[in-house]
Amino acid sequence: MGILLHKDTKAIVQGITGQAASFHTKQMLAYGTKIVAGVTPGKAGQQVEGVPVFDTVRDAVDATGATASVIFVPAPFAADAIMEAAEAGLELVVCITEHIPVQDMVKVKRYLEGRKTRLIGPNCPGILTVGESKLGIIPGDILKKGHVGVISRSGTLTYEAAFQLTAAGIGQSTALGIGGDAVKGTDFIDALKLFHDDPDTYAVLMIGEIGGTAEEEAAAWIHANMKKPVAAFISGRQAPPGKRMGHAGAIIAGGKGTAADKIQALNAVGIQVADTVAHIGATVVDTLKKAGIYDACHTC
Amino acid sequence: MNVHEYQSKQILASFGVKVPMGFPAFTAEEAVAAAEELNAPVTVVKAQIHAGGRGKAGGVKVVKGLDAVREAAQELLGKTLVTKQTGPQGKVVHRLLIEAGASIEKEYYLSFVLDRKLGRVVMIGSASGGMEIEQVAKINPQAIVKEVIDPAVGLLPFQCTRMAFALHLAPKSIKAAKKLMNGLYRAFCAKDCTLAEINPMVVTTDGDVMALDAKLNFDDSALFRHPELEKLRDAGEEDAKEREAAKAGLNYVSLGGDVACMVNGAGLAMATVDMIKYYGGEPANFLDVGGDSTPEKIATAFRIMLEGGQAQGIFVNIFGGINKCDVVAEGIVKAAQEVAGGNAMPVPVVVRLEGTNVERGREILTHAGVGNLYMAKTMEGGAEQIVSMVKKTNEVCEEQIA
Repeated sequence: MGILLHKDTKAIVQGITGQAASFHTKQMLAYGTKIVAGVTPGKAGQQVEGVPVFDTVRDAVDATGATASVIFVPAPFAADAIMEAAEAGLELVVCITEHIPVQDMVKVKRYLEGRKTRLIGPNCPGILTVGESKLGIIPGDILKKGHVGVISRSGTLTYEAAFQLTAAGIGQSTALGIGGDAVKGTDFIDALKLFHDDPDTYAVLMIGEIGGTAEEEAAAWIHANMKKPVAAFISGRQAPPGKRMGHAGAIIAGGKGTAADKIQALNAVGIQVADTVAHIGATVVDTLKKAGIYDACHTC
Repeated sequence: MNVHEYQSKQILASFGVKVPMGFPAFTAEEAVAAAEELNAPVTVVKAQIHAGGRGKAGGVKVVKGLDAVREAAQELLGKTLVTKQTGPQGKVVHRLLIEAGASIEKEYYLSFVLDRKLGRVVMIGSASGGMEIEQVAKINPQAIVKEVIDPAVGLLPFQCTRMAFALHLAPKSIKAAKKLMNGLYRAFCAKDCTLAEINPMVVTTDGDVMALDAKLNFDDSALFRHPELEKLRDAGEEDAKEREAAKAGLNYVSLGGDVACMVNGAGLAMATVDMIKYYGGEPANFLDVGGDSTPEKIATAFRIMLEGGQAQGIFVNIFGGINKCDVVAEGIVKAAQEVAGGNAMPVPVVVRLEGTNVERGREILTHAGVGNLYMAKTMEGGAEQIVSMVKKTNEVCEEQIA
């Protein structure tokens, strides 16, 4: 089980002939992902790792019946690629590309309104349902099958957290990188809802960071709706205001979006927040024990 | 990316936003010449630095006569202004804006900004001009008026009208105010701004509406389509190391401490800075080497961290996903050759490697024969080790001074 992505999901790779895209196409295929087509305008008829390339998303979808896409298109053209995928009726679109102009993303969000497409990212490592399929760049070998769902604004912290969980014997259901941009598709609350409804996920780890108020809103949602235990980590406690910390969305602006506010909001609704990145695994273990589901989650 | 007030005003003027007549000046002579050209009863001499709160810090002088302009310019140029937004070290004034004084009836606040939660651009207005909008939000949130803009149709005339009435503008000023709102919105979109703020927007005694101050922030991710903005960059306003790092494709933020760190990934890099502080150290920087590091990039990162002698130790925290640990290890060895001629590292370097090709990475470092380089078994252990090593160095220095 897990969320959004399963072993039978048929996916295309937009921008497949690029260097990073072809490398990761190979990795995704090796993990078991059903990559059925690629798209690069002007390169129809070619193959990448045995995957046929088409000129447009529509052509690729018509030929293969794909329902998902992962985008590696360069930033100036990535917003267009997302909208092309949505127009072709894809249900799941994962955008890995970093540095998309934020006003382009404002348009994308508007374009997605009223459509069935769920966007993940941009500026994210993608999604991986353990043992089934992955779309994006999350290294598959650090995750082990289990029942903790992971939602994160950061790629490397997703890997770091999965590594610590696996080392502690706690397997994962789906790991979902929602991305480090200010305007994005799926947010914490969307992901929490999905995990809440997934019978295979018993608990959730959410990894947030400075900037915006998504973590505070997630805390309120969890308090009102979530029946499954949640543990958290927030990075950027030492970030100075007004400075962009690597991710476009990781910025304390107008006094809003500090780590302290987020940690306080999470603690206030009973969510344990790891005090350092090294204690993420231990914090999840502690949360599982308190909820009485440690044994059920000890899967690897 | 930020620009100076006078640059923002030049851009806004080209979109039909009314601004006071004015000229930039880099010397007292230029300031006097500008004032002469303006020939206004009252002249305003404004320090140009990339920070707000200049008025309260004495960076804005309202004067009469050319001698007073010269005096004000001489006083401000070269002066270090410490405002609410500069930090305690302040910023040195190198540029001035010389403007004709306006006769102000009332001050307002107007901006366009990205609302992250909505994923939309919003127009924000307040009748409390001159005050920081965050302050208004705290003291009197009802005084803030918002119009959410649908990107499919842009800013609509009725939204401008509604804003003008909500701010209780006099009927004779409404047309001018709407023109300003429209111009500001067009500039925001055309130049890929993340913020376009006029504070204060003023109604003059004859009912005109103009931008007395202006602040534009541009989206770094959109600069590829705005070569004209790159020319407005004032390198003197930016941190030298941050600039050098950006050129090399590295994300670097100076933090002022003495424990440097080099990390892959922005999230882990922030978390590493936090961890150094957690164990009692003072982080010198945030540094994300990104997901596609080459040995050359790693070596450049080391050079930047060591420049200026601020760093007393370096913590390398790598979780190899896409980045492979052996590539990072090779980079560290290359850096040792570049910065120390292959001898011992000038300051202690603690390395934590985990993830893809970790065994090969550790092997490369163990057999490289680089002195003052330590392998950490765990991330936590590595952070504690570098903090205690830097503390020892500092104690020795203090003893020597004493």
